[in-house]
Amino acid sequence: MKYFLRKTIWLLFALIIALLINFILPRLMPGDPALVVVSQLEGADPEALDAIRTAFGVEMDRNIILQFFDYVRNIFRGDLGLSISHFPAPVWRVLSQALPWTIGLVGLATLISFVLGTLLGITVAWRRESKVSDVIISIFLFIRSFPFFWLALILVYFFAFENAWFPLGGGRDVAVRAENTWEFIRSVAYHGFLPGLTIAVSSLGFWLLTIRNNMINVLAEDYITVARAKGLSDSRIKYNYAARNAILPSVSGIAMALGFVVGGSLITEIVFSYPGVGFMLYEAVQQRDYPLLQAIFLFITIGVLFANFFADIAILALDPRVRDGDK
Amino acid sequence: MLQDMLKLFISNKKALVGVMILFTFILIAILAPVLAPYHPRQDGTEDRSFPLQADPGGEHILGTNHAGYDILSRLIYGTRLTMFVGLITGFISTFIALTFGLVSGYFGGRIDDILNLINNIFLVIPSLPLIIVIASYIRMRGVLPIILVLTITNWAWGGRLIRSQVMSMREREFIKVAEVMGESKVLIIFREILPNIISLVMVTFFTATLSAVLSHATLEFIGLGDVTVTTWGSMLYWARNSAALLYGAWWWFLPPGIFIGMLGASLAMMNFAIDEISNPKIRER
Repeated sequence: MKYFLRKTIWLLFALIIALLINFILPRLMPGDPALVVVSQLEGADPEALDAIRTAFGVEMDRNIILQFFDYVRNIFRGDLGLSISHFPAPVWRVLSQALPWTIGLVGLATLISFVLGTLLGITVAWRRESKVSDVIISIFLFIRSFPFFWLALILVYFFAFENAWFPLGGGRDVAVRAENTWEFIRSVAYHGFLPGLTIAVSSLGFWLLTIRNNMINVLAEDYITVARAKGLSDSRIKYNYAARNAILPSVSGIAMALGFVVGGSLITEIVFSYPGVGFMLYEAVQQRDYPLLQAIFLFITIGVLFANFFADIAILALDPRVRDGDK
Repeated sequence: MLQDMLKLFISNKKALVGVMILFTFILIAILAPVLAPYHPRQDGTEDRSFPLQADPGGEHILGTNHAGYDILSRLIYGTRLTMFVGLITGFISTFIALTFGLVSGYFGGRIDDILNLINNIFLVIPSLPLIIVIASYIRMRGVLPIILVLTITNWAWGGRLIRSQVMSMREREFIKVAEVMGESKVLIIFREILPNIISLVMVTFFTATLSAVLSHATLEFIGLGDVTVTTWGSMLYWARNSAALLYGAWWWFLPPGIFIGMLGASLAMMNFAIDEISNPKIRER
């Protein structure tokens, strides 16, 4: 319980810091982005303009701490201001169109690569003497050294351009309507295949190498030798004794890898013009849509923070020392 | 002891390949004017200009780009800035990580609480989105702001690694002995602890450099770096913006990516080798 409480407090604290970073960034930057934004939004709904002023710090006469509270209050009301590139749509509405695409694509691809990478890492560590293990490790060490976006370019070139097996980009066939459920799902899966593959293949190495190293350390422990001496079956030792302990640092190591994976995945969306948060981030950058940009960054950060939180909670279920202990 | 490490390092197959690739790239960077057939911005001699978007072959082994610059020459010259930004960012990040790790890990207490909190924040904030947001506010001119922005997000991982190593080292007998003998804290840190975490510092350096190279390339690719300079990342930016993909100009976008990957792989291999050498459990029997 203490553990859960500590993690919850950390989550709340990190969330506040994330808000603070978002609040401070535009105020720190040279060239006064606030004035740029407000001048671009001339003639907008005065109430919405107010939210922008608060978010970007145009009311310089007001106490900065009060400004921050205003800002947080606006965010909790779902008022993130107006998007410049989609004027006069509110940022929240623009963003909410992109969120499901990213959660679906990045979430699913990451989950698949995590499960596959972990299983593969366990096997590679278990059979570390074999040549095949060496080859697998080398391949993923190599793949991990490429930027996500370049692998995406290569896949587009070979599987969408040279051989038109997959679409060049986009999230779905525009002609297919959402009411036509099966057609729609088929179209979404068809469009999501290549970007999903890019993300899964690129991030697999992160998971594989983490679990492999942990697993090798665990396999050298005395209790594994004892388990062998007792004559337990190989698969029991492998999964119940070794992997179960090796996976713990892997779960908490998610924080690191997740940062890389999320960053890389968002860039992958750009190459495929996938209608998710990453591509929207790119568009916001191109059009200097600062309100949208800030909102996207806030959401990515919140997403990563919660993912980390859930990983920490998963340890509760996996690690009896944390579950029953007083720590 | 350092000599033994070196011997072990060279006798490791992965390390050897990694070192060789890295030195090849360093050589390419230094000898760029000799190796490259043309200047990266040369679009022809006085009497005739290079064709635009030429196919590979003849005078241009990898063809020319949208502005009529020789792609091979740009690839070779691009090695310079790409390596420079990567290595310098890696170096500064490692320095910060080391300072943080030593101070936080050795002194502990209040100092550690505060420093570790900062470290944790930097660990969980996704770095690439943060870099993108910052980079979209400041127009990048020259490499200095890029190095700065990359460093901000790059030191945290290594710092955490070094901190935990220093913390466990602090409890060892030989440190306790040095403390009892009244050696100064500074001396203990630099003479007792530092030599024992050299391999970890190297891992931090290679990892930080690798992630700097990848982030830098990504930043250039989406046009947030300085796209007027010649780097592998900016080559990929121009390739995509000139629709190289759509007219099948693989000679334009394949080579820079392969170079990035090779450089990254060489760093990763050396890292892997250090892991094998310094951790006997992982070392091959």
